[in-house]
Amino acid sequence: MRIISFRERLHRAKPLVIALWLAFLFFPFKGLKAALILFLALSLFLVFLKFLLRYTKLLRESLQSISNKIRSIRYPPLRVMRYALLPLLVILPFITTDYFTDVAILSGIYIILALGLNVVVGFAGLLNLGFVAFYAMGAYSYALLNTRFGLDFWSALPISLGFSTAAGFLLAIPALRLRGDYLAIVTLGFGEIVRLILNNWDNLTRGPNGVSGIASPSIVSISIGELSYYYYFVLVFVILTVFTTGRVYSSKIGRAWIAIREDEVASSAMGVNTTMYKIYSFAFGAFWAGLAGTLFAGKMHFVSPESFTFMESVFILCMVILGGLGSIPGVILGSIILVLLPEVLREVQLYRMLALGSGLVLLMIFRPQGLFGGKDASLRS
Amino acid sequence: MFLQQLINGLTLGSVYALIALGYTMVYGILELINFAHGEIYMLGAYLGIIFLGFFTATGLTHYSLTLTLILTLLLSIIFCSSYGFTIEKIAYKPLRNAPRLSPLISAIGVSIFLQNYVMLTQGATDKVFPTLFENSGIEFLSVRMTYLQIFIILISAILMISLRFFVRKTKMGKAMQAVAQDKIMASLVGINIDTVISTTFIIGSGLAAVAGFMVAMYYGLVNYSIGYIAGIKAFTAAVLGGIGSIRGAMFGGILLGLVESFGASYISNEYKDAYAFAILIIILLVRPSGLFGKAVV
Repeated sequence: MRIISFRERLHRAKPLVIALWLAFLFFPFKGLKAALILFLALSLFLVFLKFLLRYTKLLRESLQSISNKIRSIRYPPLRVMRYALLPLLVILPFITTDYFTDVAILSGIYIILALGLNVVVGFAGLLNLGFVAFYAMGAYSYALLNTRFGLDFWSALPISLGFSTAAGFLLAIPALRLRGDYLAIVTLGFGEIVRLILNNWDNLTRGPNGVSGIASPSIVSISIGELSYYYYFVLVFVILTVFTTGRVYSSKIGRAWIAIREDEVASSAMGVNTTMYKIYSFAFGAFWAGLAGTLFAGKMHFVSPESFTFMESVFILCMVILGGLGSIPGVILGSIILVLLPEVLREVQLYRMLALGSGLVLLMIFRPQGLFGGKDASLRS
Repeated sequence: MFLQQLINGLTLGSVYALIALGYTMVYGILELINFAHGEIYMLGAYLGIIFLGFFTATGLTHYSLTLTLILTLLLSIIFCSSYGFTIEKIAYKPLRNAPRLSPLISAIGVSIFLQNYVMLTQGATDKVFPTLFENSGIEFLSVRMTYLQIFIILISAILMISLRFFVRKTKMGKAMQAVAQDKIMASLVGINIDTVISTTFIIGSGLAAVAGFMVAMYYGLVNYSIGYIAGIKAFTAAVLGGIGSIRGAMFGGILLGLVESFGASYISNEYKDAYAFAILIIILLVRPSGLFGKAVV
């Protein structure tokens, strides 16, 4: 009879060991009973997973054939879908409730934001963890210009766009000398400083109380405060964003961004002015964040520093990564998914952030290019 | 006033230094900004409260306060180290050869997960840490130094000195230095890199657990979101001293504590948290290698 070593025995019982270990970690936080339940659930799940993996070849083959089928039918209908989608988007406020229109407006604002961040992270490959600062600048510029100086939306818009773009430009000049993860930390620090200033500069921003009473935008003296009007208003801007970022991506500047993302040294050797194009990407991204911020302030009629925390930055980053770095349809879908999911699944609202956190980890491990991202776009430093 | 702030700053700074050590060690070995490290510190604070509550309920606290403290501290360290170990295995190890930003994003994910995990299991409200030391202390030249402050500074000093000894003199410490210098060479001479990395995470998390426990005692209040800001500050401390350098993390932490304490009393209390960020940005832009570090950027 062969003697089974301890190590081998451990290996055989691996799912049980993992489940026991995780339950042990969980135990002090919720007590013995919950830990036991977790242990049972986890071990069942892991045994099931192991069982599944045993037939992995069969599974993978069937999945492959399904995905091949999907892929083969995907491209022609995508163009058709785009034309089918537009009428649907136009009639959306008529066929749904006010509540859903509200969510749609929010998704629109987030799409603009995420597309802006996509310019920085997806196109140019620079991780920006303080993106929400530019969003805050746009929102606060409109809020303050409107409530303090009585400027209407259209005269405040260029100022707030200019302001956030300039901020992106000014942050980029010193920050871009740094390597990938250091850049991320500097942008994070910048975002936090902006939030702290908004929170503490009571005379200007009224601190944590926020600025209220912001007017809705109007077109030719017709106010578009009503939900469905605002929906179309945002929709126009979303289309503008999608169109512009898409065109810029396939222009000379976009090519330069891709080159920098893929290999900075090689691209600078080929004569691409890397610093300049990186600064462009920061400023261009900040521009869209400013636009989203202005729209946000116009919709909510109220802004406070609470809307512009680090978590918000991460949330936008999740949209970009989930959808697929650098892929515009992917980013749009990612934003819609992340805005809609908590609305649809009200009961799991509490667990939303928990899922977001573990989702990020899983995504990085199993599919770093995102759900819809191509193979060409990847995270690089 | 000046001396009082000096002592407050030293207390705060030694805690920052303890957390910063975890950042700096992980960065030295993996070149990864371990975003979840601040959450380990938060877990340490919570575990301290949980175990103290348990011991008080069983009556051990009345029997012997010292024993309770030691047991609580030990249990917090064990659990936090286990968390650190597990996080590395799950979230960082599969990404060891991935592009640099992938593990950073994964770390952010872990951080979000842990924050909400604690919020869901322990509630979103502040938790009160029972006062163990009476609010007494030594008065000297109109400066008050509470016993708790002495305890914090002393424990931090002991831990830092023993860490320095561990890294310099023991076999595992030397292996760590080797891995930090060159992973491939280290594995060629027979060092098990996985073990070294796990040990790094275990030690770093243990130090963060002690820091969390002591801060919870010092402030008396714990919240699930304390990890983020403390993590950033400790990271600043690590960068200030030169990331990757253990000596740098100690000095950086104490320097940051002093800056914050003096800044809060002489400049403005509202912007207390902004000092760390401002220092971080300035240091990264002006001298990214920090005070003691080698040039890495």
